[in-house]
Amino acid sequence: MIGIVSYGTYIPRYRISVDEIARIWGEHAETIKSGLGILEKSVPDLDEDTATISVEAAREAINRCKINPKDIGAVFVGSESHPYAVKPTATIVGEALGIGNEYFCADLEFACKAGTAAIQICYAMVKADMIKYGLAIGADTAQAKPADALEYSASAGGVALIIGKSPIAEIEATYSFTSDTPDFWRRDLQRYPSHGGRFTGLPAYFRHTISAARGLMEKYGYKPGDFDFAVFHQPNAKFPIRAARMLGIDTKKIEQGLVVRLIGNTYSASSLMGLAAVLDVAKPDQRILLVSFGSGAGSDAFSLRVTDRIEEFPRNPSVWDKISSKEYIDYGLYLKHRGMIE
Amino acid sequence: MRRVAVVGVGCTRFGELWDKSFRDLFIEAGIEALEDADLEGKEIEALYVGNMSAGRFIGQEHIAALIADYSGLAEFNIPATRVEAADASGGLALRHAYIAVASGLHNVVIAGGVEKVSDVGDAMGILSCAADQEWENFIGANLPALFALIARLHMKEFGTTEEDLALVAVKNHKNAVNNPKAQYRREISLEDVLNSPYIAEPLKLLDSSPICDGASAVILASEEVAKKITDTPVYIDACCQASDYIALHSRRDVLTMTSVVKASREAYKISGYSPKDIQIAEVHDVFTIAEIIAYEDLGFAKKGEGAKLIREGETEIGGKIPVNTSGGLKACGHAVGATGIRQVVEVVTQLRGEAGKRQVDAEVGLTLNIGGTGATAIVTIFSR
Repeated sequence: MIGIVSYGTYIPRYRISVDEIARIWGEHAETIKSGLGILEKSVPDLDEDTATISVEAAREAINRCKINPKDIGAVFVGSESHPYAVKPTATIVGEALGIGNEYFCADLEFACKAGTAAIQICYAMVKADMIKYGLAIGADTAQAKPADALEYSASAGGVALIIGKSPIAEIEATYSFTSDTPDFWRRDLQRYPSHGGRFTGLPAYFRHTISAARGLMEKYGYKPGDFDFAVFHQPNAKFPIRAARMLGIDTKKIEQGLVVRLIGNTYSASSLMGLAAVLDVAKPDQRILLVSFGSGAGSDAFSLRVTDRIEEFPRNPSVWDKISSKEYIDYGLYLKHRGMIE
Repeated sequence: MRRVAVVGVGCTRFGELWDKSFRDLFIEAGIEALEDADLEGKEIEALYVGNMSAGRFIGQEHIAALIADYSGLAEFNIPATRVEAADASGGLALRHAYIAVASGLHNVVIAGGVEKVSDVGDAMGILSCAADQEWENFIGANLPALFALIARLHMKEFGTTEEDLALVAVKNHKNAVNNPKAQYRREISLEDVLNSPYIAEPLKLLDSSPICDGASAVILASEEVAKKITDTPVYIDACCQASDYIALHSRRDVLTMTSVVKASREAYKISGYSPKDIQIAEVHDVFTIAEIIAYEDLGFAKKGEGAKLIREGETEIGGKIPVNTSGGLKACGHAVGATGIRQVVEVVTQLRGEAGKRQVDAEVGLTLNIGGTGATAIVTIFSR
């Protein structure tokens, strides 16, 4: 039985509200809040980046399951905000965690779904007996051009998952749906991403998310009713709710994992943060549907079944605890934190 | 001049059609029109197409030849002509097709309109080129701003309110529910419109028509040919065009589109109908204020009393003069160059009695297609 042996999360404690950003641009905050379903977003500190966020999340994951870091045979960090264009984030993480030198390692990038791609790779390597444990991380300090619609949502956070045998949640099945769809991109040396506006919706997010979820269910024989929880990539609150409705999944089942309202879109950590929030409360034998989405575009769907081991597993502080531990900053400090003024 | 009839109509669904290209769109509309007329491509003697800005939207010019080619008409080497008058391009294509048949030059022609806008980000910037680039756009007076100026003055002069404007959007959305080709087939409430954000005060998001993809086509034939091929010809009794100063500030009266007044009065004179005889109209509600001004300039209401018509429900289905039964530009979507022909498709469908749940009882109908803020107007009157 292979699956999630442990998980850890990190959310920077700073928040900026939609009201504050809307104030700067003279936009109607209530309309944006009701349109996106986002009230505030997390903001990293000046000295936080994808590497530090990954290390924080991974340390928590290792501490929770008490494995020897040297037993981790692979480190993959999925992000679209790797601090270096050339030079891996994952080596910084491996070094900081004291994994040693004998491990498979790479940085991954697939917009917001590189973290779930890391899970699939670790899962395959454990299954092939190449490694005992694999560390799969999704972390981001997402960029947004001032005044772009993305500014209300692009946030920061990280989730680390240790994949191996004797899990707290078994990976029963995984399925991916991929196509070449240019809905959102950032070219080399560009500071901020470009996106196709509403094109990011139906032909991108919904097509891939729904196709991956349906593909998983058809290939492995699940019905929407088989899942106790569902977690979708959450670029805003509207999309995952609509995706659940389109799949015939009760929207109550996505509430526990719907963290976007208060921390924004943590990109590579987005669906994984929702998953972590669900694992925080999940009981043995409950089944979770996880579907990520990465622009460009693709979705990874997973069926996870929670095992008895979850009962002994230390799950505090929970994701929702971390969401409520916060300090608000204004737009000026936000610019400073994001390195837009020096 | 010979009598001219519409013998076939076709229209794609309007909307953000991500999976359809420019070519897919005009081919779909053209085939539908041919099938509706029960004609073959080789029977078409000429092609006219209205398109505002394929060059900027998709980087393609010379589109009349492209359309002739991809619709299989290049084989017959027929003359293929593109015309442009911003968002009145479709109406202009109709007029040129009409002239070609009425004059006796051709017996059967196709007139279409097509626009593919969703491939670019700045569709509004391109559409605003319908205004005076140097004297309006350069100082920020793009189309929403110009219509906002008109709306503001109309409110000041005549007591028209933001609620009156909103009622136009509410009505048109209600009509679109029953139009399978419309982009937004859902009702919206007065509160929805009033609570939507300002685009250019007093105009809000839901006072504005959405720019979208789409294509439309109609086949025109001489009366003699029409009688042979269809039992339900819809005749074009007049198709008139007028121009006005392109920049709003050059006009004698910002609240009167003189082009619309001139074109409609000429059309009434030629057709023998008066505003009272019009039983259905498709007008150019690019912003809600434009529909209210259209009521006035077409003679459905006195100047300054346009809002009264919408307040009293006279332009709803079931009212004295139903306007925009298709949903109009607001709810059907504004596929720029395709809009003028899309309006014709609606009126012809209504006059034939084939409009389903949105059917009104009408024998005489009118379309008004304008370019920009009204520097071009085309008014066409139809009867069955």
